[in-house]
Amino acid sequence: MVSVVYEAPASVQDAVALLSGAEITATVLAGGTDLIIQMQGLVNESRLLVDLKKIPAMMEATLDAEGLQLGPCMSCAELTSREDIKSVYPGLIEAAYLIGSTQIQGRASVGGNLCNSSPAADTVPALIVNNAQCVIVGPSGERSIQVEDFATGVGQNCLEKGELLSLIRIPLPAANTSDAYLRFIPRTEMDIAVAGAAVSITLDDDGICTAARVSIGAVAPTVLVVAKAAEVLLGTKVDVQALQAVAEAASKASSPITDRRGTDEYRRHVVGVLAKRAAAIAAERVRGIQS
Amino acid sequence: MSEAREYKYIGRRTIRPDGFDKVTGRANYGADLSLPGMIWGKILRSPYAHAVIKSIDSSKAEAHPDVMAVVTYQDYPAVSSGGFEPGDGPTDLCDLARNILADDKALYHGHAIAAIAARTEAAAEEALSLIDIDYEVLPPVMDVADAMQPGSPVLHEDLFTKGLAEQPEKASNIATRMELKKGDIEAGFAAAEVIIERDFYTPTVHQGYIEPHATTVRYDEDGQSMIWCSTQGHFDVRASTAKLLSMDLGKLKVIASEIGGGFGGKTTVYLEPVALMLSKKSGRPVKMVMTRDEVFRASGPGSATRSTVKIGAKKDGTITAMQAKLCFEAGAFKGSPMGPGCMTVFTPYDVENIYIEGYDVVVNKPKVAAYRAPGAPQAEFAAEMVINELADELNIDPIELRLQNAAKEGTQTVYGPKLKAVGLVECLEAAKNSPHYKQALAENQGRGLAAGFWFNIGGQSSVIINMNPDGTGTIVEGNPDIGGSRASMQLMAAEELGIDVSKLNPIVADTEHVPYSATTGGSRTTFATGMAVIEAAQDVVRQMKERAAAVWNVTVEQVDWSDGVAINTAGEDRLTAAEICQGADRTGGQISGRGNINARGAGPSFAVHLCDVEVDMETGKTAVVRYTAIQDAGKAIHPGYVEGQYQGGAVQGIGWALNEEYIYNEDGVMENAGFLDYRIPLASDLPMIDTIIVEVPNAFHPFGVRGVGETGIVPPLAAVATAVSDAIGVRMTNLPCSPPRVLKAIQDTA
Ligand SMILES: Cc1cc2nc3c(=O)[nH]c(=O)nc-3n(C[C@H](O)[C@H](O)[C@H](O)COP(=O)(O)OP(=O)(O)OC[C@H]3O[C@@H](n4cnc5c(N)ncnc54)[C@H](O)[C@@H]3O)c2cc1C
Repeated sequence: MVSVVYEAPASVQDAVALLSGAEITATVLAGGTDLIIQMQGLVNESRLLVDLKKIPAMMEATLDAEGLQLGPCMSCAELTSREDIKSVYPGLIEAAYLIGSTQIQGRASVGGNLCNSSPAADTVPALIVNNAQCVIVGPSGERSIQVEDFATGVGQNCLEKGELLSLIRIPLPAANTSDAYLRFIPRTEMDIAVAGAAVSITLDDDGICTAARVSIGAVAPTVLVVAKAAEVLLGTKVDVQALQAVAEAASKASSPITDRRGTDEYRRHVVGVLAKRAAAIAAERVRGIQS
Repeated sequence: MSEAREYKYIGRRTIRPDGFDKVTGRANYGADLSLPGMIWGKILRSPYAHAVIKSIDSSKAEAHPDVMAVVTYQDYPAVSSGGFEPGDGPTDLCDLARNILADDKALYHGHAIAAIAARTEAAAEEALSLIDIDYEVLPPVMDVADAMQPGSPVLHEDLFTKGLAEQPEKASNIATRMELKKGDIEAGFAAAEVIIERDFYTPTVHQGYIEPHATTVRYDEDGQSMIWCSTQGHFDVRASTAKLLSMDLGKLKVIASEIGGGFGGKTTVYLEPVALMLSKKSGRPVKMVMTRDEVFRASGPGSATRSTVKIGAKKDGTITAMQAKLCFEAGAFKGSPMGPGCMTVFTPYDVENIYIEGYDVVVNKPKVAAYRAPGAPQAEFAAEMVINELADELNIDPIELRLQNAAKEGTQTVYGPKLKAVGLVECLEAAKNSPHYKQALAENQGRGLAAGFWFNIGGQSSVIINMNPDGTGTIVEGNPDIGGSRASMQLMAAEELGIDVSKLNPIVADTEHVPYSATTGGSRTTFATGMAVIEAAQDVVRQMKERAAAVWNVTVEQVDWSDGVAINTAGEDRLTAAEICQGADRTGGQISGRGNINARGAGPSFAVHLCDVEVDMETGKTAVVRYTAIQDAGKAIHPGYVEGQYQGGAVQGIGWALNEEYIYNEDGVMENAGFLDYRIPLASDLPMIDTIIVEVPNAFHPFGVRGVGETGIVPPLAAVATAVSDAIGVRMTNLPCSPPRVLKAIQDTA
């Protein structure tokens, strides 16, 4: 028999206390769109579910001069309806908008997407190109880590027993910067990325790229940062040759597997196409800001 | 005859009688019945695709405090091999028995081995792990081509190929070889100026009905039993289950629940005979519900095929010879739809010289079941692809090439009858004149056109119309309504009786309340059950006229019936149907009409589909951008549901063409047994499917009806694959045209 103990603490401190004091397996519950499906496979187990949605700070998002303070449990539906956030991080919002369907987005959170630590998680490449940071709270206090260092393998991350993700902190992008995220699925929705790519680009007044970040998903055990793909953009006008170089660098950096969702060969090719197209869209967005 | 008649009800888009229950969630489906004292059944399934079952030890499971019964193959009375006809075509009883619970061999991953009934669903699930099975694992045979090789592992030591000139001495995986021919194939190719020959592959696909198989049963002490289940044919559930448990038909009542899709996949039994045996052993009602995973692994998908088609023609477009070799996977037991595949493959063409050979081959996959026009989509895909290539080669428009060779009234089919009036030419003309065909294509777009044929059979149907004392009526039929047929029955009864549809309630009765009716399959219901409705209505009218004649003291011949009113031709008297029913107690008792028929003939229906796609040349992803389905309905009783059938067929065919396939690993285990990775099209993947209803009346039906449910899935495979081929400049001969496969085709030619 599976037995579940459900707790919904009102503060992060109480949540940490519940998680670290638990004698049975304790799991954080955000929207549950990954967790509840994973729990269907359980037999003969007792579980403590610690629901963080009753903690106000976990459900809020503030955008100010510092950047975005994103409560990890805020639903994607709420996040994607925030025009203020969308105008600053359009790529992040389009990633959140791709998760599942309207119904799924009513529950699914960016924090859950990150903590589930799937290499195909759609919001993670977009968080990474925006230099997002995870704030982690546990029995021994608070620590911060870059999003690209958070996941350590498929379904694995650096959270220790008793720890939870309390905040996602995203710095305000530099002037004349924008981002984009694209994923490939065989259909139009309700699918898991075969490959994904996010790009953030800064252009100077002459349209020359002065900074860039490229991150790719679903093509390695964790979401990758592709420094080489960013490098080839620097000093260019993000023209056809530069984009081709981005595609090649992204493909080269990937180490995909073959499974029911695609062959390694196909994924390697497509991730390059996505990186190139995302770079072009991000650059176009900057040009839009500039004009 | 039908053309002459002016219809009052037929052709109207009435609200479906089952609509309110369905949209409010009130409708009861297979999993919705629970009974007092009911317990739960679960099935232990083979973890291997091919293995000898050396022993089954269920003692530990039986000792579990919550377990109330364990059932294996050994619990059933011995059955002897031999055909009987439940559902959609002949079934070997021995094979059926060994499919619902394996005998000494597990023949596919997911094959049922044993069943447990326990107090709770969770306990039943848990107790499955207490059954010990000793397997000897054998190499699986997963592809029809491999299975046909002389050195292949053999699934059944007692399977000897039928249809060969000499009876073989060695067992093999080829169950049957079949041949159909007409004219002189050699001479036909000798007369040809252009010959095209190509090989094709189609994968294993699933019907993808949304409602999983589910049943609740009760075996009573006196042997009187009840089955509630989701099925396309409850009389055939009764026949199969009664045979397997050695029961009289009269002891078994089967109630068909509302059905959440079937598409042919619910024309056989999986759970019902198992649940009933669990109930018999435990003395409790038993409920069983498949998971989606079980539905994919252990119900009956559609055959994978490998085929070769060769067509020869003169430069002017006259086709002189058509040849096909069609190899169908049957799954673990013989009985693929290879036969109908052979019969339909070239039927859209009036050609003198035809040679077709078909093979029915067993492999270590679940036994296939019917899937919408079983066998035709795979076979006609190959034929239509070659026809389209021929059109390109001859530089003739694909519609013109088809018009030039189209089957029409008088065409001798390769499988037997001469066609009566059919609507292929009319469909082709409609395609040619459609705005779709005239629209120019944009960059990276391609267009495909294909024709398709399906028989649409008749068979036995029984209907009773019970008139109520206030003049309303109940139409009692025996065909589960899977595509809106209750609305069609209501319309046809209203037309015959002259009573408004709102006063006629169509219901699907259980096996005790209406005589035998063949399964809802083969697109037969509106055609055959419709005729039974017409007959029952005429019976009611005859009785009403008798009653009126008695009241007026005239002969029946002196009474006319018009628009629901009896008219005394010898005077001024009128009696409405309601008045006659109100007075029935004084004129001889209540009125009820019967139509128990075996409908002769069929309703051959042709379709032509047009498809435009746009291909992302860098990823190989295809988007269908425009689609038009054109089909001959004979007479559209309810045009809205006819259009729905065309659209549904097109959508399932688009899925088959673009993404759907069973993906197996090297151990023969399906890797995508869920709707996340078995990709049926979503609403957002599709444009509006435009429809054109062509109406060339069917000579076999009083209103001219042809079955419409199946033909629509036949053309899309070739229409879509041709459109993709047109967009990328490479001919796609293997399905599905999934993004990796399309990209590879693009890259290989670059
Ligand atoms: C039908 C469907 C479609 C989907 N489509 C997509 C898709 O397109 N793209 C995609 O990326 N994903 C998809 N998903 C997966 C899922 O919806 C997302 O990963 C979602 O973002 C998870 O968020 P959640 O709030 O529901 O997480 P939950 O399920 O609540 O949690 C996920 C995991 O993270 C842990 N966790 C959550 N929050 C915290 C926290 N603050 N601190 C520590 N641990 C935490 C949980 O313990 C759990 O292990 C889909 C899921 C479904 C069911």
